[in-house]
Amino acid sequence: MATVKNTSNLLSLVGKSLNRRSFSVSKVAAAKQMTVRDALNSALDEEMSRDERVFIIGEEVAQYDGAYKVTRGLWKKYGDKRVIDTPITEMGFTGIAVGAAMAGLRPVCEYMTFNFAMQAIDQIVNSAAKTFYMSAGLVNVPVVFRGPNGAAAGVAAQHSQCYGAWYAHVPGLKVISPYNSEDCKGLLKAAIRDPDPVVFLENELLYGVQYPMSDQALANDFILPIGKAKIERPGKHITIVAHSKAVETSLQAANELSSKGIEAEVINLRSLRPLDMNTINASVAKTNHLISVEQGWPTAGMGAEILARIMESETFFHLDQPAVRVTGVDVPMPYTKSLEAAALPAPKDVLEAAKKLLKVK
Amino acid sequence: MLRLYFLINAQKILQIKKCLKSFNHAKTRYTTEAKFQTKPYRLHRLDKGPEPETTLTKSDALKYFELMSTVRKLEANINILYKAKIIRGFCHLYSGQEAVAVGMYAALRPSDAAITSYRCHAWIYLYSKEDPLVAVIAELVGTRAGCSRGKGGSMHMYAPNFYGGNGIVGAQVPLGVGVALAFKYTQKDAVSVVLYGDGAANNGQVFEAFNIAKLWNLPCIFVCENNQYGMGTSTARHSANTEFYTRGDVIPGIWIDGMDILSVREATRFSINHCVSGKGPILLEVYTYRYFGHSLSDPGTSYRTHDEIQKMRHTNDPIKNFSNQLLTANLVTQDELHQIEAKVKKEVDDATERAKIGKEIEMEELTYDIYANDVMKEIRLTTPFRTGPHKVTVNRSQNLK
Repeated sequence: MATVKNTSNLLSLVGKSLNRRSFSVSKVAAAKQMTVRDALNSALDEEMSRDERVFIIGEEVAQYDGAYKVTRGLWKKYGDKRVIDTPITEMGFTGIAVGAAMAGLRPVCEYMTFNFAMQAIDQIVNSAAKTFYMSAGLVNVPVVFRGPNGAAAGVAAQHSQCYGAWYAHVPGLKVISPYNSEDCKGLLKAAIRDPDPVVFLENELLYGVQYPMSDQALANDFILPIGKAKIERPGKHITIVAHSKAVETSLQAANELSSKGIEAEVINLRSLRPLDMNTINASVAKTNHLISVEQGWPTAGMGAEILARIMESETFFHLDQPAVRVTGVDVPMPYTKSLEAAALPAPKDVLEAAKKLLKVK
Repeated sequence: MLRLYFLINAQKILQIKKCLKSFNHAKTRYTTEAKFQTKPYRLHRLDKGPEPETTLTKSDALKYFELMSTVRKLEANINILYKAKIIRGFCHLYSGQEAVAVGMYAALRPSDAAITSYRCHAWIYLYSKEDPLVAVIAELVGTRAGCSRGKGGSMHMYAPNFYGGNGIVGAQVPLGVGVALAFKYTQKDAVSVVLYGDGAANNGQVFEAFNIAKLWNLPCIFVCENNQYGMGTSTARHSANTEFYTRGDVIPGIWIDGMDILSVREATRFSINHCVSGKGPILLEVYTYRYFGHSLSDPGTSYRTHDEIQKMRHTNDPIKNFSNQLLTANLVTQDELHQIEAKVKKEVDDATERAKIGKEIEMEELTYDIYANDVMKEIRLTTPFRTGPHKVTVNRSQNLK
């Protein structure tokens, strides 16, 4: 229990450390909180500052400061040439971004939501993803497609679809689905530096959420590897694997399971393509139980892919129970508030699955 | 008196000398270059169009004749290989349209880029640097000497500054505008030539691309190769407005007789000037014709008459008409043209034989070049029991760093 004296001692100690500028040594010094939005913004800012060829193109990215304010301040800083507002013509401006990438620039193409990217999906798949292969390595396409993906709140069916499984299906694309601020910063920087087309699936509801950022994550050379999952919470009784918002759901479920003495290991996929099966396999070998959690529809989804790969590998023999998926409901997203909530996986659903697998009441 | 006589004679001699001099001078100019009239252009939102007259040097004349003849022979040989089932899949021939590609190429500078549809053989031949005939034919045959090592096929061939070869109708148009954006962004002295057919002229993304090109003042030359048919549907049956050179709306446009190579060249020069002087995009509609069907699986006679095709071949053939122009102007001799034809035949036949006997790439390359780095080291094959290695074919990628 900290007394006032202890607290002021602590503060003066912190103050002294700060004064001595020993940031790298003292991790005690305020673990900074940063919203996902700001993490994305700083990733864009840093990469644009570092590489002249990087530019942002999309609707409302410039003078509006971004429909979701992810690009706030960048137009003021970099001007018309590097932050470009487009008309509402996704197919057109996506093709233009892809062509600019083929000709050597590094575009970051924003979709207001990935629902609108369906207009442009031919350019993403046929022009961007396949070209390196079709040209036998002559023309690579260093473009990033980013924007909010999946369910938001009350935006109903045409604005709530998760495209993770669709893009993860395509060879030639790299697909990232980050969770927290550190993920977003490190992976967006990696995506922008990547020589291939990267689909970067953000989540609108996470934009405003604060997460701690380590010193390392705050540095301007902080890159995370594409295709590597992170063990968000170590555990030993059951593995829960998820991406994006579903990681939050899984962590909440893991907390509740913990109070029942069940330690769940939560894996944050970070990337959907490549899919880090090594991390999942090692975890399942340890825990012998697996739940995959996703907000998207069940049919032919990411969970289906993970479970199929487990089935086909030696890891199958480590399972004490069949692996299961917790997913969004197989319906277009309803507007009604209670129905919308019921259409998405909640911690109680993950709990139910865990208790069933572990045969616990 | 005698002095006057000498004076008059001296003047006459001087006059005769002058006459002879100009006669000789004219004779030299007459055989190494000639002036030709271009075919009338139709203009949209332009006060002044391309020059009505152009000068052609003898060496250029022979070069263009050779290039057009090579394209014609190349496509003819490809047709034979296709009928022999040595070439598979789709194959869209350019025969009849040679004056468009060669005429434009004649005016383009090395820095200028081009992108087109699947009817790309002529263009990839012109843009390919190494052994271009084999690069094209081997790609169609599907063997390793092809410009995409056989992995792309007829519609996916690339070369420096040439972005394909695109299979999806209309998709190449926004891509080409993106290339123009890159040129403007990097302040490169270059234009982006964006070709599409009359069949693509109603595609939505084409208009999206027009809008942005004009709005952002990009150095694009849009070229609608109007060969009168979108696959099997004539322009009158697929377009409410067949004046394709006006379809750019506020983008200025020019209609060109695309069967006349010098008209094409002149219009291209005009367009390059237009773009590099900061006036933004321009749209060229080139009237042209294809002798073969839409692709080699289309005989091309169910939606047009045999007579129509024959008439075009006999009265409007770009190569024949060009050689007539040259002969009439005494710029070249019949012999010189025959020599070139023989040379072209030999070169293309040789290349065909070499391309035919090439080998396919090794099976391992099935899983190469999916990504430009080794983010995935192993690629799943048809069963979970086997994977193939992922590798990047070195020394080829353009945009790696």
